Amino acid sequence: MSSASDAELLADVTRFLYREARYQDEHDYDAWEALWTDDALYWIPANGDDLDPETQMSIVYDNRSRIALRIRQLHTGKRHTQSPRSRLRRIVSNIDVLGRTGPDQNDLNVTANALVYESNLRGETLWASRNDYTLRFVPGSGSGPDGGTELRMAKKKVILANNQAALFTLSFLI
Amino acid sequence: MAAALNVLAPTWSRLVQRDRVDGSVYTDPAIFRAELEKIWYRGWVYVGHSSEVPKPNDFVMKAIGPQSVLMTRDKDGQIHLLLNRCPHRGNQVCLEDRGNTTSFVCSYHGWNFRNNGELRGTPFPAGYQGVDKSQLGLGKVARVETYKGFVFGSFAAPGSGPTLLEHLGAAAEAIDRLVQFSPEGEVEVTAGFLKHRTKANWKFIVDNETDGYHPTFVHASIFSTAKSGIGALYNNDSTAVSRYLGNGHSENDLRPEFRRLDKPLGWFGTSEDRLPEYVAKMKVAYGEEKARQILVDGTPHTMIFPNLFIAEIQLFVLQPLAADETVQHVTAIQFKGAPDLNRRMRQQTMGSVGPAGLLLADDTEMYERNQRGVQQRDPETLFLGRGLHRERTDENGFTIGDNTDEVPSRGMWSHYRALMEAT
Ligand code: FES
Ligand SMILES: [Fe+2]
Repeated sequence: MSSASDAELLADVTRFLYREARYQDEHDYDAWEALWTDDALYWIPANGDDLDPETQMSIVYDNRSRIALRIRQLHTGKRHTQSPRSRLRRIVSNIDVLGRTGPDQNDLNVTANALVYESNLRGETLWASRNDYTLRFVPGSGSGPDGGTELRMAKKKVILANNQAALFTLSFLI
Repeated sequence: MAAALNVLAPTWSRLVQRDRVDGSVYTDPAIFRAELEKIWYRGWVYVGHSSEVPKPNDFVMKAIGPQSVLMTRDKDGQIHLLLNRCPHRGNQVCLEDRGNTTSFVCSYHGWNFRNNGELRGTPFPAGYQGVDKSQLGLGKVARVETYKGFVFGSFAAPGSGPTLLEHLGAAAEAIDRLVQFSPEGEVEVTAGFLKHRTKANWKFIVDNETDGYHPTFVHASIFSTAKSGIGALYNNDSTAVSRYLGNGHSENDLRPEFRRLDKPLGWFGTSEDRLPEYVAKMKVAYGEEKARQILVDGTPHTMIFPNLFIAEIQLFVLQPLAADETVQHVTAIQFKGAPDLNRRMRQQTMGSVGPAGLLLADDTEMYERNQRGVQQRDPETLFLGRGLHRERTDENGFTIGDNTDEVPSRGMWSHYRALMEAT
């Protein structure tokens, strides 16, 4: 890859992550859900960074249909822990594209740091994490000459800095 | 401390009455300290499960309230509960969550302890001439007893107070019923714990575990979206019952509903054809008829006072840290010899409990609202009179009520008062 395309790729990825962060901060659940691919995996490990989620408890280990259930529950307005909603502001930084994988090298391994400030009825909480993503180029909805491509999330792993500790309720989208 | 207890002692008849309790029992730091002495550091408390230390020299870090307790298995297979405090100058001795070792070495001056707590050696030993090493081992939880793999500890002196079996009483049957779901008759605690911290008093959580009144309201969002049948167990027409089992223990007995529906594995939202291997093993282990009855009845929903909640597919272990702070440790129950069932138990558990759980995050929101609300001045009490007029005695002599009635709470509080009034 030339450095020009490297820079373009990083710009695309950065724009995508900022958009995801905005949807989450604003509780725009449907827009956030639409960022996922059908083979989605949303994973927040507990008690370490790499415990086997197939045998050990994770804080979240959602496939696509459970992501949809989580969103439907938020939409009821009776998800008490998000009614009233947490007030959120997050900073996403240290974004890096680590490599390409998948068929046709279409998947990007991306990492970023995030720091989320939450204010809710209980008080103020800070959540710090490294987020590992698999982002995928899919055919775009644009009407350009080649149709264009867009990024989607196939995997998001949120590695909380304090995932060894007892955590307060984490019911917003992180 | 002693003075504070004496001041409190005469007031329990005012603080805890048959159908109401005073809000201060959830908020007063002096009451919390008294509870540590009279409940957590005296009676039987659930600590861990023997399957968490399967091999000789395994250890795992556990807790009794704010006390950090090392559960070890020594080379001969015996389980010990050791306090994580160096008898030299108070340093924390073990900093790992789990592992396998024959000895623990204190990082401060190198004292070395066997995994049964004995002091093995001290560096530069000439400095301890004439000192009795046998008096300088790690502190121990004096009484350790195990029931079907469930390890309980009590700080009471050996020989004083009830035995574990006396303490469990009728609640032992919940453990009996639970382990039957393994074709080998054993539960395993091997899936790791989620640790959910909440700014609320531990008794709000105990109260809630067998409160059949709240699910309709607190969990409506997930019952409706997941099209779950659980909600119907807790509605006004449910034939399920709430039961006080004595010694602070209570249950929601859902069997009347499941027997009415008569669907094996219906309690788990699935059916026999989805788990053919498991069902086949159960039939071999228990015979066709008994296996079917077990699978129709479902697992227990039982609160074992003060800190073990058998929540059908999960175990919750409550750890009070302060009057207004508690950690809920929760894991998926795993049944020995049932890998296909266990996988589903883990999946459902991860979805429903822990900090992001579709169910428990809403319960926990209520605990915190309770904690803030109860600090308001008026009324000063919580009213626990639901179903008092229709309490009845079942064929075994236990007090029962409708599933939405506050029979479990009233029973728990009467036991609590007796413990707090004891000298
Ligand atoms: S404090 Fe442990 S050896 Fe000194
Ligand atoms: Fe609940």
